[in-house]
Amino acid sequence: MMDKKYIQDQLEVAFPEAHVIVSGDDGAHFHAHIISAAFVGKTRIQQHKMVYQALGDQVGHDIHALSLTTQIPEEAQ
Amino acid sequence: MSINDQINEQLNKDNIVLYMKGERMMPMCGFSATVVDILSRYPVEFKTYNILADDDLRQGLKVYSDWPTYPQLYVKGELIGGCDIIQELHQSGELEKILTEA
Repeated sequence: MMDKKYIQDQLEVAFPEAHVIVSGDDGAHFHAHIISAAFVGKTRIQQHKMVYQALGDQVGHDIHALSLTTQIPEEAQ
Repeated sequence: MSINDQINEQLNKDNIVLYMKGERMMPMCGFSATVVDILSRYPVEFKTYNILADDDLRQGLKVYSDWPTYPQLYVKGELIGGCDIIQELHQSGELEKILTEA
């Protein structure tokens, strides 16, 4: 069973300066909102790929569904 | 034919291609259903492929696109995004431009 704390930890390691909020309590479906300067200059596709890469093979397996909101700090203000 | 050739052929054949879970009239996943619903609001034709019915395609496309989840929307051969990005582009009005210029 996957829990949101684990996803949160993985993302905070991958995006150390980011603001990360993970929600979802059913063990399979999660939403992650990540605000990071690492996304500056990237398209939304590239931003989401960075998040998927941080979570590795778990997306689509242990993490059944992960919806994403990625923003650069300016967008989040 | 390799799976990559097969995907290239599918993307060359139709301008707007949605790889989804289930059929257009009967999506098997809420995210796929959402994207079908959004695309249906635009006056454009789109082709769908049910990746649940073809495991080679399901696994191969993830590698092809470097994108681990479904649905995946392609316009003119380019990956536009999954459900979250499509919703965002729909709300911002950008999707209309992308689809109608296809």
